[in-house]
Amino acid sequence: MRRHRRTRGWAWVAPALLILGVFVYLPLLQNLQYSVMEWDIYGGGSSFVGMANYEKLVGDPVFWHALLNNSAYAAVSLVCQVFGALLLAALVEGLRSERWRRALRAIYFVPSAISLTVAGLLFYFIYEPELGILNAALRGVGLDSLTQAWLGQEGTAIWAVIAMSQWQGFGYSTLLFAIAIQRIPQDLYDAASLDGVGPVRRFLQVTVPLTREMTGLMIIVTLSGAFQVFNEVMVMTSGGPNNSSQVLVSWLYRMGFGRNDFGYAAAIATVIFLLTLGVALLQLAITRKRRVEW
Amino acid sequence: MVTRTSLLGVVARTFVASFLLALAVVVIYPLLWMVLNGFKTNSELFGNPFALPLQLSWDNYVKAWNRGVSSYLVTSILVTVTSTIATVFISAWAAYGLTRMQIPFSRTVLALILGGLMLAPAVALIPLVKMFQALGLYNTFWALLILYVAFRIPFTTFLIRAYMVDLPLEIDEAAAVDGAGKARAFWSIILPMCKPILVSSVILNILFTWNEYLFAMVFTSGGDLQTLPIGLTNLMSKHGTEYPVVFAGMTIAAVPVILLFFLTQKYFVRGLADGVGK
Repeated sequence: MRRHRRTRGWAWVAPALLILGVFVYLPLLQNLQYSVMEWDIYGGGSSFVGMANYEKLVGDPVFWHALLNNSAYAAVSLVCQVFGALLLAALVEGLRSERWRRALRAIYFVPSAISLTVAGLLFYFIYEPELGILNAALRGVGLDSLTQAWLGQEGTAIWAVIAMSQWQGFGYSTLLFAIAIQRIPQDLYDAASLDGVGPVRRFLQVTVPLTREMTGLMIIVTLSGAFQVFNEVMVMTSGGPNNSSQVLVSWLYRMGFGRNDFGYAAAIATVIFLLTLGVALLQLAITRKRRVEW
Repeated sequence: MVTRTSLLGVVARTFVASFLLALAVVVIYPLLWMVLNGFKTNSELFGNPFALPLQLSWDNYVKAWNRGVSSYLVTSILVTVTSTIATVFISAWAAYGLTRMQIPFSRTVLALILGGLMLAPAVALIPLVKMFQALGLYNTFWALLILYVAFRIPFTTFLIRAYMVDLPLEIDEAAAVDGAGKARAFWSIILPMCKPILVSSVILNILFTWNEYLFAMVFTSGGDLQTLPIGLTNLMSKHGTEYPVVFAGMTIAAVPVILLFFLTQKYFVRGLADGVGK
């Protein structure tokens, strides 16, 4: 009887497990296998080459530059979409009018609802030297010397893409932080006010510690996302000019589908896997440690 | 002293309010510019970028619609509706099993289902292409449907499970006493009780599928089957000189999700608060 009931439980989780097994975990393992193989584009066969693809990777300057760009993405996103968003959420939730709080949360979120493709195309035009509003605005305030082809130069392309991503993504994390702040019991703030604690110390001593869990989660999500960036880079620059705005996934895409070098692309994918896995394990370590503390 | 601090308070308050409003303008203005540019002619576009369109002509919207946007829209709606229904249903089913049934190795099963949260889709990309080519599903509607469901099950199960854990087990026991089987209890009792989290799961999955780019680009390359994000980049490269048409296409792609967000904002925020806020 008991055994019968235990097996029946499988019927509930089997569909999810089966789909995940075949279309998520199996390809993940296959990717490791592919990364130690060389694919014959014309013959269609493949042969074992050991660590050759990884050695190629270590000597590939574009790979390192892409990794650097992903790291810049991660750093800027942490500042804007985690710490900036937390501060912003605290400012919004500190407003007296409920109507304004709700309106601002919604307005900030709108760019996150539209696709990165639309946002990317939109900023492609905003950065456009002739018809874009960025250069036009700079000219308008007399900063003509700063006008430039933002996406067309090696020095500015990746930064222009990163800036767009912040515009697109900050509202989502601000909304999540606002939800976390709303969960803080109001009497903690009231007590702090009675003690004559000013808004800055109230933020540091009440808001920051009591939203720590959400902050931890957002750090993980943001870091992991920064190493998976693809859509906006593809739409705005395709990794150019001269590979200056290449990121790991766009370089993987170019190697795999541009050059049919599947083994090398799989090796890049392994690096992305290790980076995102590292971030995930970091999260597990932190949550486990916290559980012990409690 | 009191007046000095209150004066400081007023100054700080005004400063914060102006900053928040300025930020709102920075967010809204580009979107407004996009919509307005859809009404301009090419020569107007290259004039003063801040100028308003001279007339509200829908020509560009009609052109965009006829040059493929209508078909991208149909594909996007089809893929979004089917994959959202399948994902939410399979995830709710699994969440019920994880919270209500005894399963051998249940911790491993849970780890396997939620572990998918940590995996980047790009990592599986190359093998998936080979697999779908071998299965004859490459460049078909099924490829997108299967992939969206597979990669969204972990997060959706995570949300629904967190909600179901809080539903008291007595409900199930009462149902069993009344003679209802597990499946019956799931359909008639648990699922209706999970409505808030199901609604937010549906909204989150719609937002994801509507906007997804990597899989749509790789698995529908060159086919007639293109979703809006891919179709828009095509519109850009094909009719790149007619920028106002591209702006019109972008607006058509953006408006449905913005509307969806504003119409469902209440449920959406509640779902996030229930699921991610824990």
